[in-house]
Amino acid sequence: MIISIASGKGGTGKTTVAVNLALSLDNVQLLDCDVEQPNCALFLNLDISETIDVNMLVPKIDEEKCSYCGKCAELCQYNALAVFGTTACFVPELCHSCGVCAYFCPEKAITEVPRHVGIIEKGKKDKIEFVSGLLNIGEPMAPPVIRQVKQHIKREKTVIIDAPPGTSCPVVGSLIGSDYTVLVTEPTPFGLHDLTLAVDLLRVLKIPFGVVVNRADLGDKKVFEYCKKENIPIHLEIPFDRKIAESYSIGIAMVNYEASYKKMFQNMYQDILKHAGRVV
Amino acid sequence: MKIAVTSSGKDLFSDIDPRFGRAQNFIIVDSESMEFKCVVNEQNINAPSGAGIQAGQIVAKSGAEILITGNCGPKAFAVLDRAKIKVVVGVTGTVKEAVEKYKRGELESTDSSNVEGHWM
Repeated sequence: MIISIASGKGGTGKTTVAVNLALSLDNVQLLDCDVEQPNCALFLNLDISETIDVNMLVPKIDEEKCSYCGKCAELCQYNALAVFGTTACFVPELCHSCGVCAYFCPEKAITEVPRHVGIIEKGKKDKIEFVSGLLNIGEPMAPPVIRQVKQHIKREKTVIIDAPPGTSCPVVGSLIGSDYTVLVTEPTPFGLHDLTLAVDLLRVLKIPFGVVVNRADLGDKKVFEYCKKENIPIHLEIPFDRKIAESYSIGIAMVNYEASYKKMFQNMYQDILKHAGRVV
Repeated sequence: MKIAVTSSGKDLFSDIDPRFGRAQNFIIVDSESMEFKCVVNEQNINAPSGAGIQAGQIVAKSGAEILITGNCGPKAFAVLDRAKIKVVVGVTGTVKEAVEKYKRGELESTDSSNVEGHWM
């Protein structure tokens, strides 16, 4: 079963939920798909045993063969190519690796060559198998690295995916293929606003989902009223607890700091199993 | 010599459009005769990305040697540089005023982009 952890708003506790859920279950694989800022590893103290390069295929133009007809620039949906006079320009950051330029070049002057965009790191900690992606600094497109992380999914395990915040392409890329998504939110107007965006997204993706409310005893009651009205299950309420903040600040997962929290995440997992398969 | 100016309207009396990639129009002016033609930038205004690169291609194909605009980002600048087009940024007023200023030697071209890319 693949369970992804997402949120509309950033900083609500996705990584906290992903890491602590992983540490509370057996036979788990944890995937950090927040490749612009992966931080699950901070709380796991694990050894990275393998590093794999992530490359994207981009066009290389052989100017000997190029007739500067401009077909490639005309067809590129991402405007990554410009051709004028006897010059052909390529802007790699805009390229989505679709390959249409190479396919349609009448002179066969374009070959596709790899461009390094990030890395995958693999490691192990006790019962958890861990895979994480890291996008190169300055690189604008996260989905190619996210897709590579997901290539390592082992379906026979309970797979937990820590997704990036928001509702854009990297989030869609992380969530697609999940059996269930947990949306982590907080009981504030901002938390509620972004939760509704994430709910809209999951309804489009048709992935069953439920909510975790972090710092549940702060703020107002509107998140709870919204979930009730929309018939969305709340799997867990994490209290605003000094001990949780203390453990976080020294890089220790809360279930390793205070064993009683483990039961909370195990119950949450049981509750997810009850709701999985039901689209809300 | 041909000069390209980003323009909010379609003639010499229009105000300069401060954007390059997503400018409304390009007015291509012959600096001697002051004859001009207008190239509408319709396709690029709503492009999800790469507007500056395609606008660079339009200006390069127009035969202009100078571009006068408000702002120019790094990717557009790279394309214009490859096309050996001199870029003048930070110019306001009408298209006609800009061309006249350039002819009087009051405008200097830049050797780098003046704004960050903002396409994502």
